[in-house]
Amino acid sequence: MIKVQGVNKFFGPLHVLKDINLNVGSGEKVVVIGPSGSGKSTLIRCMNLLETPSTGQIMIDNIDITAPKAPITKMRESVAMVFQQFNLYPHKTVLENLTLAPTLIKKISREEASESGLSFLERVGLKEKADAYPAQLSGGQQQRVAIARALNMRPTVMLFDEPTSALDPEMIQEVLDVMVDLAKEGITMVVVTHEMGFARQVADQVIFMDEGKILEKGSPEHFFTNPEHDRTKLFLSRILR
Amino acid sequence: MPGPFAGFKWLALLNDWSVFAEGFIQTILLSALGLTLALGLGIFFGLLGTSQVKLFKLINRVYVEFIQNTPLVIQIFFLYHGLPHLGIMLPVFAVGVLGVGVYHGAYIAEVIRAGVESVPKGQLEAAYSQGFSYWGAMLHIVLPQAKRISYPPLTNQAVNLIKNTSVLAMVAGGELMYHADSWSSNNLYYGPSYVITGLLYLSLCFPLASYAKSMERKLEVSS
Repeated sequence: MIKVQGVNKFFGPLHVLKDINLNVGSGEKVVVIGPSGSGKSTLIRCMNLLETPSTGQIMIDNIDITAPKAPITKMRESVAMVFQQFNLYPHKTVLENLTLAPTLIKKISREEASESGLSFLERVGLKEKADAYPAQLSGGQQQRVAIARALNMRPTVMLFDEPTSALDPEMIQEVLDVMVDLAKEGITMVVVTHEMGFARQVADQVIFMDEGKILEKGSPEHFFTNPEHDRTKLFLSRILR
Repeated sequence: MPGPFAGFKWLALLNDWSVFAEGFIQTILLSALGLTLALGLGIFFGLLGTSQVKLFKLINRVYVEFIQNTPLVIQIFFLYHGLPHLGIMLPVFAVGVLGVGVYHGAYIAEVIRAGVESVPKGQLEAAYSQGFSYWGAMLHIVLPQAKRISYPPLTNQAVNLIKNTSVLAMVAGGELMYHADSWSSNNLYYGPSYVITGLLYLSLCFPLASYAKSMERKLEVSS
């Protein structure tokens, strides 16, 4: 589904991704963890080209999205992203947030987009907020709307960039619950997070990054019980108290 | 010796009311056309300023800095006295529209640029991540948000533009200030002439300024 091959990324003199190779199978749930500044957000942002890799190749569904004339906007229709800061459109109602891109970009009729939008809102438990504005919602509610907005594009891949990091502790669980529920489906998910419980529960593959490199790749059992790298052990000892 | 506001001077003004009415109408026309030009220039150069392309940014900076840092009077004098030497004779009304339009266009460009830049970067990214192009994202996501923020300062620019049309009096512009000035320099009835003229400008500007204030309050409430 997603093939990352030899990707490097520089911000000026800063080498933030160092020869990244990664395969994400169709329907697979991959959780990327690591300390701040390890490049994990940059990596996931490369997967929908919000950041352009300096070198290397990223294939999605066998299409090289890093090629010079790659169909980037077309690719983004099927690769949805959920952001740390939600990034809902504040001048639109909740339902409009869900229907804007499907009607304008995918040219789905307004009725159809509203209908599916309402069903996704129901799924994240916020159908009664359809006519509210984002500013009227709590952080957790906004992030659930953002997930519903992503789903209403009917994506094949969902990218989550630290979806719970900006939330009050009390609201983290409601968002994680939605994500766990979503993980039961066939959708491909790549999740950057610090939520180890979530990683353990849903990940098929856990990736540990540090200083721009992938240090460890493997199943959650391997990762949490028998990590190879000292850096991984140190990280886990600090984060799992 | 009669005072500056002696009764007969007011009567004389009342008698010649059509002179002031003509000037007032010219000022309104000048302001309306000047504002239209200023908005067009301001939006165009303001958007150039938000572009990632260095050349566009440079064009924005040259326009804004040059116009904002030279007096409006000199710009008007250039149009009125300077251009004829280059073989371009503009009617004084056109000098007025062009003068205040270009001048306030520079200020409006800054309002637009600041408005667009006040929209968080995450908005553009969210739109991109849903498959919007740059222009689609600008049109549907960024500009509607920038517009809300820009309305109060834009209205203030409209107020300033109306007041600044009075600079045209220096080149016999045919607008309100010019008529007030020429009428009173004939009969020396400066007092009533300038008081009435001031009140007429106030009658245009105050409602606009109040409107801007009320919009600002609304924005504060909604954010």
